[in-house]
Amino acid sequence: MELTTLWFLIVGVLLIGYFVLDGFDYGVGMSLPFLGRDDTDRRLIINTIGPVWDLNETWLIVAGAALFAAFPEWYATMFSGFYLALLLILVALILRGVSFEYRHQGKGEQWTRWFDQFIFWGSALPPLLWGVAFANLAQGLPISLLPQGGWIYEGTLLTLLNPYGLLGGLVMLLICFAHGLVFISLKTLGDMRQRARRLATKVGIAAIVAGAGFLIWTILMHRDHEMLWLIVLCAAVAAIGLIGGFIANLAGREGWAFTGNAVAITFALLTIFMALFPYLMYSTIDPAFSMSIEGAASSQKTLELMTWVAGFTMPLVLAYQAWTYWVFRKRLTREAIPAGAH
Amino acid sequence: MNEFLDALTLARWQFGLTTLYHFIFVPLTIGMSLLVAILQTAWVRTGKVKYLRLTRLFGKIFLINFAMGVVTGIVQEFQFGMNWSNYSRFVGDIFGAPLAMEGLIAFFFEATFIGLWIFGWDKLPKKIHVLTIWFVWIGTVLSAYFILAANAFMQNPVGFEINEERGRAELDSIGSVLLNPVALTQFPHTLFASIMFAGVVLVAVAAWHLQRGQFVDEMRTTLRFGAWTNIVAFLGVGLTGHELGMVMTQTQPMKMAAAEALYNTASGPDASFSIFSWGTPDGMHEIFSVRIPYLLSFLSNGTFDGTVEGIRDLQAEYELAFCGADSALTCPSDGSFVPIVWVTYWSFRWMTGLGAFAALVSAVGLWITRKNAELPAWVWKVAIWTAPIPMLASLVGWVFTEMGRQPWIVFGVMTTEQGVSPGVPGWAVLVSLIVFTLVYGGLAVLEFKLITRAAKEGPPEIEMHDDSGDGEGEPDQQKLATVY
Repeated sequence: MELTTLWFLIVGVLLIGYFVLDGFDYGVGMSLPFLGRDDTDRRLIINTIGPVWDLNETWLIVAGAALFAAFPEWYATMFSGFYLALLLILVALILRGVSFEYRHQGKGEQWTRWFDQFIFWGSALPPLLWGVAFANLAQGLPISLLPQGGWIYEGTLLTLLNPYGLLGGLVMLLICFAHGLVFISLKTLGDMRQRARRLATKVGIAAIVAGAGFLIWTILMHRDHEMLWLIVLCAAVAAIGLIGGFIANLAGREGWAFTGNAVAITFALLTIFMALFPYLMYSTIDPAFSMSIEGAASSQKTLELMTWVAGFTMPLVLAYQAWTYWVFRKRLTREAIPAGAH
Repeated sequence: MNEFLDALTLARWQFGLTTLYHFIFVPLTIGMSLLVAILQTAWVRTGKVKYLRLTRLFGKIFLINFAMGVVTGIVQEFQFGMNWSNYSRFVGDIFGAPLAMEGLIAFFFEATFIGLWIFGWDKLPKKIHVLTIWFVWIGTVLSAYFILAANAFMQNPVGFEINEERGRAELDSIGSVLLNPVALTQFPHTLFASIMFAGVVLVAVAAWHLQRGQFVDEMRTTLRFGAWTNIVAFLGVGLTGHELGMVMTQTQPMKMAAAEALYNTASGPDASFSIFSWGTPDGMHEIFSVRIPYLLSFLSNGTFDGTVEGIRDLQAEYELAFCGADSALTCPSDGSFVPIVWVTYWSFRWMTGLGAFAALVSAVGLWITRKNAELPAWVWKVAIWTAPIPMLASLVGWVFTEMGRQPWIVFGVMTTEQGVSPGVPGWAVLVSLIVFTLVYGGLAVLEFKLITRAAKEGPPEIEMHDDSGDGEGEPDQQKLATVY
C-alpha cells in the first residue's frame, strides 16, 4: 500500500480512537444533569471516567499532530477554515478539562454547580461540532486554490450549518450520549446502573432514527462514487452496530451494548472516510479544486519516518492503555464515593 | 479601526498570550512531578509517613496545575493551523514530525500514567504505584524535548531542503532536527529552570507554615529539600545558559546583539556586558550605563578576546543575503531584521537577574535555617514572596527567545508576516483573542486560589492501621483513594 493511503488510514484510526474513547466520556458528561440526582450521584458518574478521560482525549491531540505531520495542507486548510467552530471546541475542552479536577476542590454548592455546567456543555459541544465538521467534509466544501499553491476555505461558520451538517452533528451527539450512558451502566451497580440503562434505551431510539437518516442521505449523496459498495457496506455495519447495541442494552448485556456502540461510531466514521476517498476535501466550487490525499501529503521521507514511529509506539500505547482499563475494571457504587471531597 | 483588526498583529498577540500562559503550567508540571516522585520514593523506601503526607500535599498542587497545562496545550497545537496556516503548509512536512512524535511517544504515555497515579493509590502495589509518577515525569521530559526540538527548528532550521516544485520545506534528516544544537542546549536549560520553579514553590509553602509554627517537622524537610533543589538547579541553569548563549551567537547573532543592544561590532574589552543601560531608544546615544568589560565576549564566544557582531553590520549582511529578487518569503516588508531591542535587552536582564536572585535567596535561606533557631518574620516573608520569581524568569526567558527571533518565523527561511493564515479575517482573530483572554484570565484567578488554598491547608492527616505493633504502623491505603 502506498504510504499516503496508509497514513489516511492511520489518521482515520486515531480519529476513530478519539471518537470511540472520548465519545463515551462526552456521553458521561452529558448525562450529568439527567442522571445526577444529588452530589454523590454526580461524583459517582464523573468517577466512572476519572482515570481514563485524560488518556482518551490524548487521542485527539495525537490525531491532530499526526494530521499536521502527514497532511499539512489538510491541517492548514481545515483548521484555518473552521476557525470559529474550532474556537468553540477548544473553549469547551478547556472548561471541561479543568472542571473534572476543580469541581471538588472548591467550597460551596454554587462552585460545584458552575463546574457541573462546564462539564455538561463541554461534553455536548465537541461531539456536536465535530459531527457538523465531518458531515461537511463528506458533503464537500467551498474550497479553492491559493495563487501561491495550497488550498483555502471560502465559506464561513454559517456555510457549515446546513441541514446535512446539522444532522451529522445531531447524530454524533446522540451516539456519544448513548455510548456514555451504556458505559455508566457498565461501570456502576444498583440504582444508577438501572437508570442509565433506561435512559440509554430512550436516547438509543433517537440515535437510530437520526443515524439511519444520516447514513441513507450519505449513500444517496455519493451514489456515483466509484466505491459505492464500500460506503454501503460501512453504513450497513454501522447500522447493525447501533441496533445490535440497542438490543443488547434492552437485554441488559452492557458489554455487548458498549461494543455495539463502538462499532457504530467506528463504521459511521469509516462511511465518511470512504465517501471522501481519494480526497481529503472535496470542492463544491469546482471539482478540479479538490484536495487529493496525494496533494495534501507530506514527503515520502516524513511519511516513512512517521510509519516507523507509529509502528513501534502504537502497540505499546494500546498495551498500557488496555492495562489502565484493566486496573480500573471494577464497578463503582455510591458507597465507594467517600463523603466530602478529598 | 484597521489597526485593531490586523490579523497578523492579533495572531501574534494571541500566540504570545496563549504560549506564555501555557508556559506558566508546563515548567511547574515538569519540576513538580520530579519532586513529588522523589518524595514518594522517599516514603516507599523509608516508610516514614512524613514523606507520604508531603507527597499528598504537593501531589495535589501538582494536579491542580497539571489540568491547566493539558488544556492550554491543546490550544497550542491547534493555533498553528488556525492562525498560521501558511507557516503550517510551508514547514508542516518537517515541523509536524516532532509534534507527532511528541504525541505518539510522550503524551500518550504521560496522560495514561497520570490517570494510573491519581486513581491507583489503592489499586496498585506501592512499588508499582511509585513507578507511575516516575513515568509521568519521564513523559513530561520527553514531551518537553520534542517541543523544544520543534521550537529549535524555528530558531535554527536544520535537516531540511526546499522543494521548489511543491513550494515547501521538506524533511531531509530527522537526526539533525532532533539533535539541533539549539534544542540540545535549550532542553537542559529549560529543564533546570523548571525544577527551580518547583523548588521555590516548596520553599514558599514551607515558609508560610513555619512562620505559623505548623507542621514543623514536615516543613523543615520541605524547606531544605526545596532550597537545595534550587541551588543545584540554578547551577544547571547558569551553565547551560552560557552554552545556550554561545550557540545563539553562532546561530542567531542578531538575537545576541539585540540582547545587549550592541549596535556596533565590538571585540575584547569593548565587548562589555552592561548590567544596566539607559539611552535613547534608537541606541545612538548612551546616557548612563554600568558595564563589565570582556564579559559579553565571554558570554557569546567563551573567550575574552572574541568579537561580537553589532546590529548595524548584521542588518547590512541580512539585507544582502535575504532581500534579493527571489526572496518573497525571507525579506520583511519594512526591510528591518532588527527585533524590538528594548524588549530583548530588558527581557534578557530580567531573566538572568530574577533567576540569580531566587538562587541567592535559597542559599541564604539554607544558611540561616541550618539550626532550629527562631527566625524573624521577615525571613519567611521573603521566602514566600520569592515563589513567583523563577516563574517570571522563565516567562521573560521565553519572551526573549521568541521576540529575539523576529522578524523570522523560521530563521532565514520565512518571515512571521508570511506565515499568517490567509483568509482568516481580523475580526475572527480578535474574537478568539478576547475569548482566550477572558477564559485564561478567569482560570488564572481560580488556579491561584486553589493552589494557595491547598498550600495553606498543609499536608493531610493520614489514618494509620496499627495492627503489626511495630510502632508507626501502615497507612490506610483504602482511605487514601483519590476520587473526584
